[in-house]
Amino acid sequence: MNSIADSLALAWQLITTADAALWRIVGLSLRVSATACAIGALAGLCLGAWLAVARFRGHRAAVWAVNSLLALPSVVVGLVVYLLLSRSGPLGSWGILFTPNAMVIAQSILVVPLIAALSRRLVLDGLRDGGDQLRSLGASPLQSALLMLVHERFGVLTVGLTAFGRAVSEVGAVMIVGGNIDGFTRVMTTAIALETSKGDLPLALALGVVLLGVVGLINGVIMAMQSRTSLEREVYV
Amino acid sequence: MSSDGVSTSRVAAPAGTVPHESDAAAPLVRLQHAGVRFGAVQALRDINLALHRGDRLVLVGANGSGKTTLLRLLHGLVPHEGRRDVQRSAQGREPVSAMLFQRPFLLSLSVRFNVLLGLWLHRVPRAQRGQRCARALQRVGLDALAARPARALSGGQQQRLALARAWALQPDILLLDEPTANLDPGAKREVERLIDALAADGVTVVMSTHNLGQAKRLATRVAFLDAGRLVVDLPVDRFFTDALPAEAARFLKGELPWSR
Repeated sequence: MNSIADSLALAWQLITTADAALWRIVGLSLRVSATACAIGALAGLCLGAWLAVARFRGHRAAVWAVNSLLALPSVVVGLVVYLLLSRSGPLGSWGILFTPNAMVIAQSILVVPLIAALSRRLVLDGLRDGGDQLRSLGASPLQSALLMLVHERFGVLTVGLTAFGRAVSEVGAVMIVGGNIDGFTRVMTTAIALETSKGDLPLALALGVVLLGVVGLINGVIMAMQSRTSLEREVYV
Repeated sequence: MSSDGVSTSRVAAPAGTVPHESDAAAPLVRLQHAGVRFGAVQALRDINLALHRGDRLVLVGANGSGKTTLLRLLHGLVPHEGRRDVQRSAQGREPVSAMLFQRPFLLSLSVRFNVLLGLWLHRVPRAQRGQRCARALQRVGLDALAARPARALSGGQQQRLALARAWALQPDILLLDEPTANLDPGAKREVERLIDALAADGVTVVMSTHNLGQAKRLATRVAFLDAGRLVVDLPVDRFFTDALPAEAARFLKGELPWSR
């Protein structure tokens, strides 16, 4: 087995030489998780905004359920999606088990409660400050909630990043519904798990470094946007 | 009786009675035995008040006396007991109300978009929005800052922007909740000047304030609230010269505590 230093050196070499296998895995990971987050954001933001302002019988139970699902284990999601998509399952006719589409579905389900719960909190905090003002301008409750998502867009971006981090770093669901098929459904997390068990630490480390780099890059962009806004405020006032 | 037909000398009516009014003009908003309760707290009780077109009503009273709640009740933002009647035009249109809050809430968008948003929410036709927005910003002197982030404005500019957003709706009634609190003297004078100009254009103004000098400058009527009750409602000159009920007299002398 290589020492850690040797493994890191090899990992760096894989990254800098643009190893085709490495970047294929990275590309699929980003594609699957980004698509899942886009779908999850659409559903989760609408659900969060609606739960912030809707009042109906069972509302508290719905909020409780969404908050509880924040801790939803990814293997459970994988198992449920597997049962739905397996040949004998209700959606078996789609024939998408062990494909990237199945992985997108699983990760979307995983991030929806996260996005809904956090965005609901954002909306409620915003409405505490400006809800009456928006109502006085004629906004309906749902319009007010959706406008709060626009108002708190940096918070929404942070929620999106959190969801992306959850999706791109989970291994259980994609392993179950994707099958970790080389060149087809192998993503960074499943590859890291497999290569580590095989003792191929350089590839596992290289994937880990790329994973951290991607999350760090997105976070940096958001921080830059936030500091730009603060700077504008200081300049104008 | 004032020239506009509103009963001008009015101590709050006891429960079960309606304040005397002229038949000359129907009020834009009339509250009869209205009350507002927040859980166990009775924020307003047995309020009888008629708001006529062109009124400049200033609400005074200690913190917690119910001024903000009364403004929200007049606007229809809070559930209430008793009656709240709103005059409708021949076409069935209710008077347009706009409200400014003590701390104006502006969305994290540009100055221009904040005004346009108000117009969009009020369902103003798209073709009219741009022109009305430009005129409103010009009126408050913010047209040069239209592209700037609204939240980057100073406190006084933010309050002027909130005024522009309200004025762009062409309101019949403008409700102002301590609009000059927390502003420096220069910004305060500027906002007062704008309120005065809007009122001169025929907008009915209801404003809460702790500043009795401001009440003298801007009001045609002054109403005093205490512990959720409307104690007295008089024309401005008489409010400061007539014998007032004990609580109001003590408030004018500065003997009431800041909050009730």
